[in-house]
Amino acid sequence: MPYQALRDVSVSFNAGEITALIGENGAGKSTLMRVLEGEHRPDTGLVLVDGQPVQLSSPRAAHGSGIRVIHQEPEIIPELTVAENIFIGDIKARGGIFLDRADLERRSLDLLRTFGVVDVLSPGQRCHGLSPALRQLIEIMRALRPGARLLALDEPTSSLTEDEAQRLFRVIRRLKADGVAVIYISHRLREIIDLADRCVVMRDGSRVADEPIEALDEQRMVRLMVGRPVSDLFNRKERALGPVRLALEGVTTRRVEDISFEVRAGEIVGLGGLVGAGRTEVARSIVGLDPLLSGRMTVGGRPYKPREPADAVAAGIGLVPEDRKQEALLLMQAVRDNVSLVVPDKVSRYGFFSRRRERALVARHVAELRVKTPSIEQAVGKLSGGNQQKVVFARWQARGPAVLILDEPTRGIDVGAKAEIYRLIESLADQGLAILLISSEMPELLGLADRVLVMQSGRVSGELPWQAASEEAVLALAMRSDKNAIEWRVL
Amino acid sequence: MTDTATAGRERAPASLFGRIGAQNISLLIALVVLLAIFGALRPDVFFTPRNLINIGLAVTILGILAMAQTVVIVSGGLDISVGSIVGLSTMVLAVAAQETGSIPAGILAGLLAGLAAGAVNGLIIVYGPVNAVIATLGTMSAFRGLAYLMNNGNSIPITGDSLRALGIGTLLGLPFAIWLLIAAMAAFIVFTRETVVGRNIYALGGNPTVARLAGIPIRRYQISIYAMSGFAAAVAGLVLASRTMSGQPASGSQGLELEAITAAILGGCALQGGKGTIVGAMLGVLIIGVLNNGMILTSVPTFYQLLAKGALLILAVIVQERQRARSGE
Repeated sequence: MPYQALRDVSVSFNAGEITALIGENGAGKSTLMRVLEGEHRPDTGLVLVDGQPVQLSSPRAAHGSGIRVIHQEPEIIPELTVAENIFIGDIKARGGIFLDRADLERRSLDLLRTFGVVDVLSPGQRCHGLSPALRQLIEIMRALRPGARLLALDEPTSSLTEDEAQRLFRVIRRLKADGVAVIYISHRLREIIDLADRCVVMRDGSRVADEPIEALDEQRMVRLMVGRPVSDLFNRKERALGPVRLALEGVTTRRVEDISFEVRAGEIVGLGGLVGAGRTEVARSIVGLDPLLSGRMTVGGRPYKPREPADAVAAGIGLVPEDRKQEALLLMQAVRDNVSLVVPDKVSRYGFFSRRRERALVARHVAELRVKTPSIEQAVGKLSGGNQQKVVFARWQARGPAVLILDEPTRGIDVGAKAEIYRLIESLADQGLAILLISSEMPELLGLADRVLVMQSGRVSGELPWQAASEEAVLALAMRSDKNAIEWRVL
Repeated sequence: MTDTATAGRERAPASLFGRIGAQNISLLIALVVLLAIFGALRPDVFFTPRNLINIGLAVTILGILAMAQTVVIVSGGLDISVGSIVGLSTMVLAVAAQETGSIPAGILAGLLAGLAAGAVNGLIIVYGPVNAVIATLGTMSAFRGLAYLMNNGNSIPITGDSLRALGIGTLLGLPFAIWLLIAAMAAFIVFTRETVVGRNIYALGGNPTVARLAGIPIRRYQISIYAMSGFAAAVAGLVLASRTMSGQPASGSQGLELEAITAAILGGCALQGGKGTIVGAMLGVLIIGVLNNGMILTSVPTFYQLLAKGALLILAVIVQERQRARSGE
């Protein structure tokens, strides 16, 4: 095959050291991880553990060599208990048949204590409904069963808030102190600067840099990843605000309480807070997924009472949901179908499709957003994350809504595509769209939003104009009262 | 940028064509093999025009049901009550024709009964909410019970030349029923391929959350799809009634759901939804029709026929699942 996922990569990971591994999507990080966990055998080259060549021919062999890889989505079985999930595959049986619960409980309590989470997780608790942060932690504990020498984490913070991420870092630092070699893959450069000792940069299947973290800054890391200089990610500028497009007054649903705010034409309003603070739920109430218990909404000054997302679309509200693959895209279907899904009226007459019109419309928007796809007939699932997200944006551009709600618009997207999405969001606001931006990525929230509303426990706990919005200010509002309780709850 | 713009004018990539084609081509091969086998076993009757028309007539009822079932399965659902609705609609037709003395009134009542029965399915599934398999498993029994109740379990003869004409009349040498099937097929193909609603049904089956957030009123869609399926069953019931000149609570409509679902899956429907074609389903129908006819001509006992049909359904699903595993990781 002409395509090489990895090319002549030499890299070492040392005990008691945190090595960050960065690169754009497709740079070869995941392939390298697959080699380490025994899923993928290199055509040439060797893997050495403690100086000895090893054959990582299967996941079992890799596990035996002390290599543990944790993937982006925690793999937890909801119906099993915390203890069972940690020790799955290594549960002792009494008489070869019966579950040895006492042993299981003792061993898992030890681990929970070591991680300082014995107050929030109990061994016998079922994992159903645990937060992503807690599930991640269980997966880490599972990986660290006896014999772990090297722990690789693939974007562990992508579904965590800043605060939850900090707790994870504490755990990682403890592992480092215990002499575990840690590989940390992330798109969040600031995290890496805080956490890592060393940084390995990959591009197009090759290792392009391997430097101590002190020698790097964000600018330089981005430049190494994309191979060209990237100007500053955000262009802050004052936009003239138009009339109020979306207004909420005292909106209360089962999950949020007394939410009031306005979004004007040309304005980007940020919605910050911890995961679980109710940000996505505000979006759900606006698009008609969660019924209002009290309060009212207006769109373009007119009363708006959505009962179904169809009502939101009809009223001119577009949603770019949090989970692109589950909520936004028909992965098996073509780019064309995915874009025209929300504009049937523009590509049909009397209910019958006009393929010519459809192709023209879709091709225009796909080209405008520079979606990299061999053709508009390509199945969307085959595109990269960034291009998939652009297809979602193209869909709404084709529709031309007055209000756009963006829920974590750059989750799991590489730096180059992120910058393009930011440009796009700014240009949409320039064109007069009212934008509600939900984001757990602080730089994004602070860099794009004209003002930031911060949520906590289902309520808006404060509002910050962009001039006053800093990470500290947002976090302070996100965790204002009863700080400890919330911190524990979210972890 | 330029290449995406030009790409828009291109036709679908060859791989997609190849895949759809491959499925239908393998069905065609299976059909030819069956024809060859039965043709060789009964060379005296099998290929006579009379027998071929018999096969055509036999598949009209199944064809209509299988095409409607395809739409239901594409939307992510399943309707196993269709056989019972066929029986129920023939009984309603017979009773209404008897009471009013008018065949058109009877036909109208039968069709409306099917539509209503389908709508009931849809309402239960959407507002219960009840899993579609369970909901229609329940109504499969309930509708059959209703059909029996209408005349104490007995059939009702229908008299009326207009209905008889529908049953035995021909146009250009082909029975009306076959023309009806051809018309239905054309309508279903246009519906699934060329209309907004048809394409939205593929989206709905592909991922209901995505469809809903994109503004498709999915509840209304689901209720309408089951109502359509019930209506199609009533049209099939009309064909059955015109042939038997009677309302039949069970005879002629038992086990149709099994054959309809088998045909749809043979034709490439994925039970997960979002995938399936009318042309494929019709090829599946022809395979089942030829198989039925051939087994009768070669005197395969009924019990073995049941065994064969059940095995065919399971085989079809296995083939489908294997394909899915291969194509989509």
